[in-house]
Amino acid sequence: MSERMNSAWSPSSREVERQQARRRISRRQALIAAVSSLLVLGTLISITITSPGWAVVKKTFFDLGYGRKVFPTVIAGLWINLQLTFIGGFCIGVIALGLALLRTTKSPALTPFRFIATAYVDIFRGAPLILIILLVGFGVPALGLKGIPSNVIFLGTVAVVLTYSAYVAEVIRSGILSIHPSQRAAARSLGLTSGQTMRYVVLPQAIRRVVPPLLNDFVSLLKDTGLVSILGVTDAVRAAQINASRTFNYTPYVVAAILFLLITIPMTRYTDRAIRQRTNAQSSEGVI
Amino acid sequence: MANVLEISNIRKSFDSELVLNNLSLAVPEHTATVLIGASGSGKSTLLRCINLLESIDDGQIFLDGEEISDPLINVDEIRRKLGMVFQSFNLFPHKSVLENITLAPMKVQGKNKDEAVTAALALLKRFDLADKADQYPDRLSGGQQQRVAIIRSLALNPRLLLLDEITSALDPVLVNEVLSIVRDLKSDGMTMVLATHEMGFATQVADEVCFLESGNILERGSAQDVLHAPKNPKTQEFLKRVHQAGRL
Repeated sequence: MSERMNSAWSPSSREVERQQARRRISRRQALIAAVSSLLVLGTLISITITSPGWAVVKKTFFDLGYGRKVFPTVIAGLWINLQLTFIGGFCIGVIALGLALLRTTKSPALTPFRFIATAYVDIFRGAPLILIILLVGFGVPALGLKGIPSNVIFLGTVAVVLTYSAYVAEVIRSGILSIHPSQRAAARSLGLTSGQTMRYVVLPQAIRRVVPPLLNDFVSLLKDTGLVSILGVTDAVRAAQINASRTFNYTPYVVAAILFLLITIPMTRYTDRAIRQRTNAQSSEGVI
Repeated sequence: MANVLEISNIRKSFDSELVLNNLSLAVPEHTATVLIGASGSGKSTLLRCINLLESIDDGQIFLDGEEISDPLINVDEIRRKLGMVFQSFNLFPHKSVLENITLAPMKVQGKNKDEAVTAALALLKRFDLADKADQYPDRLSGGQQQRVAIIRSLALNPRLLLLDEITSALDPVLVNEVLSIVRDLKSDGMTMVLATHEMGFATQVADEVCFLESGNILERGSAQDVLHAPKNPKTQEFLKRVHQAGRL
């Protein structure tokens, strides 16, 4: 709108009054927000630090000196989590997309695979991740198959990928199903084959629509890689656990938690912004 | 003149509801056939059957003498000869205007990008939309979106253009900018079948007007005959209602 604004325009006295009124209202709202935040946070903090056990908690959970000492081992463990997340995330993306496409296809040749994909999703979405990790981590080496590494990091990753592929496949599938049939009709009436329609028209819209839930899953994935610690992988959680059990000081757990948050919070914020920009470019709805 | 489209005795039902009942129609080359009738009379279904978006229950459809209602036919090959424009535009929201238009020429006809873009820009320029090439559809007015949808169909040089109530979702002010494109196409000799409620427009472009009622054509003839001197009492009744709604 700004380019349409006339440079000779100056606000009428009524408009000036209105602007002043709006400023007064927003000042008052800011004040209320500040007072209420101060009150709530202040109460919570004072309850915590005046509690009878605070002195002990402070020493066992928030020991700065010890935290600094264990920091290098925890961050080395976190590097394992990150590797697992990105390598696993890539595999999950590929497998989940395949599963989602199989489950939405009508091609008769793929009927058996459609059944397999459905069964796969049912099983891995329904079973607790920690059980899958234990079954894969201890069951597969017991088979004694040649060529399959018995490395716990590898097996842990496989277990996480198996489970998350099922979750992500369902998210992508719901995105595909959410695209209105008229889009398909338009594409098909232009002569695009059903495969081309999926690739150029349906899937790009579907993926864009499910970016927020996919990001959710990505953040959960990073957190759930901590579960592979039960196989003995020295990730951030395991590193913290080793340190904590040696000294009975739980500060390493807090360090690990803070490190996870330092990654997950910016990740969520960044994607929120990316989604907003995308929506603004495509829609006239503006910034509602 | 050879018939581009020939429909003989087609029938279509959705569950127990009979939508097209023993309907026949012939559309000669370079002519425009206008379908009129109340909502639910079968106009849209007829167009969707011609475009093979719906399969018919009986009868035959021929395009340039080839039976396209044969279940063994390659539907994608037939559809690239038919252009279809929808009431609700159905542009691809994730693609710019230019990408909407060039998608099918590139993927279906195998044109290279330069060729497709040049052709698309020429069409956009012809219909005064050149400055919108890089916009996304949601940024355009309804009239502009529908003009882009028409251009998207034209980019494939269709043998037959099917227009399904293309102005029904538009503001009255925007209707004319869309209809003027259709008038242009008509004078270029494009063969068309269109469903519309714009009777004035129908009078201008129609070589034949067909009045549909419960899935059959009750009256057909020149626009003069059907719209201004209808013989069938049901046609008279329908036109009277349209007239009362201020559309004639």
